[in-house]
Amino acid sequence: MIEQIFFYMFSAVLLVSACMVITARNPVHSVLFLILAFLNAAALFVMAGAAFLAMVLVIVYVGAVAVLFLFVVMMLDVDFIALREGFQKFLPLGLTVGFVLMAEIGLSLAGFEASGTMRLAAATHRVAGLSDAASIGDLLYTRYLYVFELAGLLLVIAMIGAIVLTLTEGARPRRQDLARQHDRPIADTLTLVKPVIGAGIAPLPAREDVP
Amino acid sequence: MDTGFFASDLGILILTLAKAVALLVPLLIGVAYLTYAERKVLAAIQLRRGPNVTGPFGLGQPFADALKMLFKETVIPAGASRALFLVAPMITFGLAILAWAVIPVNNHWAIANINVGILYLFAISSLGVYGVIIAGWASNSKFAFLGAMRSAAQMISYEVSIGIVILTVLVCVGSLNLNAIVLAQRTVWFAVPLLPMLVVFFISALAETNRAPFDLPEGESEIVAGFFVEYSAMSFALFFLGEYANMILMSALTTILFFGGWLPIAPIAPFTWIPGPIWFVAKVAMVLFVFLWVRATLPRFRYDQLMQLGWKVFLPFSLVWLVITAGALEAFGWLPHG
Repeated sequence: MIEQIFFYMFSAVLLVSACMVITARNPVHSVLFLILAFLNAAALFVMAGAAFLAMVLVIVYVGAVAVLFLFVVMMLDVDFIALREGFQKFLPLGLTVGFVLMAEIGLSLAGFEASGTMRLAAATHRVAGLSDAASIGDLLYTRYLYVFELAGLLLVIAMIGAIVLTLTEGARPRRQDLARQHDRPIADTLTLVKPVIGAGIAPLPAREDVP
Repeated sequence: MDTGFFASDLGILILTLAKAVALLVPLLIGVAYLTYAERKVLAAIQLRRGPNVTGPFGLGQPFADALKMLFKETVIPAGASRALFLVAPMITFGLAILAWAVIPVNNHWAIANINVGILYLFAISSLGVYGVIIAGWASNSKFAFLGAMRSAAQMISYEVSIGIVILTVLVCVGSLNLNAIVLAQRTVWFAVPLLPMLVVFFISALAETNRAPFDLPEGESEIVAGFFVEYSAMSFALFFLGEYANMILMSALTTILFFGGWLPIAPIAPFTWIPGPIWFVAKVAMVLFVFLWVRATLPRFRYDQLMQLGWKVFLPFSLVWLVITAGALEAFGWLPHG
């Protein structure tokens, strides 16, 4: 009874916030609604007994990915009127794409059937009494090891790509060289003077190490 | 308690609420007195007296401050995003409180002893950045926005090394359950074999809570007060208390991961007489003192130094240590699941 109430509550908030993601006028509000949707999806995962997946969803999507979204969106200078201009022109196209996507999801879900290994794994792990985290790890590192490693490799390639893109040739960043700083003798950095009142300080000799 | 009233839905609800109150009241008092302790410790280190007027030894000071904050006016700047502006401090404070649902203060003394406890804590602490970033954006102020940007980058950077440190501990325990993590330290606290990880974790915790020497997001010498520059009265107080609640949370996490939670120093007579929760509180207080000590001792980092430390020192070091730990466990046959 209580579970059903919570299920419908989380689902309702999830659906409403998912709709708000695409209808909110301010892109920052959109991202925040997206985060709300993620959190409710995580709550639904918890209710389904997949606590590990729920926590990973929150850590990866809410804690890392969405923060970067927010980071970028906040710095955008969005012209809201220009954003609305082509709305009616592109509406048919958008509706078509949305409809095709929904049909595809519907079709693939209708034809979905758990494979033999999946069902076997679910059954054996329930019997062995492993927690959901342990059973996921057990499958990932045995049966699906190569797929898992490939996914990791893909992420590494993406990361290297991002680094290469931001690396500008020629422009030398100004770096702090701690060893060089520590090696400087006091005489190079500090000149003690005793100013005579009224006379001021004689101009200091020019230093060579200043670029 | 398996039968009767406390097994029914209503009974479980009442029991959980009672547990929450029993945890929250001491926690909030702890937060209030942490602000007092900080001022006293800083004063002692700087050869001053600190608050000593309100009540005996100035013990009434936190409550006097709270009353003062309550009666001030909440100013919402023009052009601010009103709802988000008010929600941001609640997020910061609420998350710091929410995390306590899984913290065990004694054997099986947690409101929710869930299997993925440590992941839950990590998830909650990774959400903490939202309070800051929303506050910075909703204030519609340059300084606040700069502070929020700094904070977001800083918290994301140091979360990576915190995650790897937690992984290192998990490799030694073989469970994500906080209760199991503490019980795994019955023979030796992880502070001994994983001492370098403790250091990395503690420094990352300083950065994660925006505390000195990593308090760049609020660096008052350059960006006034950073992300909460536009906040006043209770909304400011929530940010302020949220920072202290986060400090207590991070100290509790350090205690659980490295100092054996509620376990006594040694399982022999005079130490075992002291109940677990007192050990837990004493250890948390000890870690908190180091937080305050660091603030009184170290100057603020520069931004590039902060990033360099996080990405070029801590990340490779903790990764290497994780590999070494896993290798050693495998070589000596100490892996928890064989």
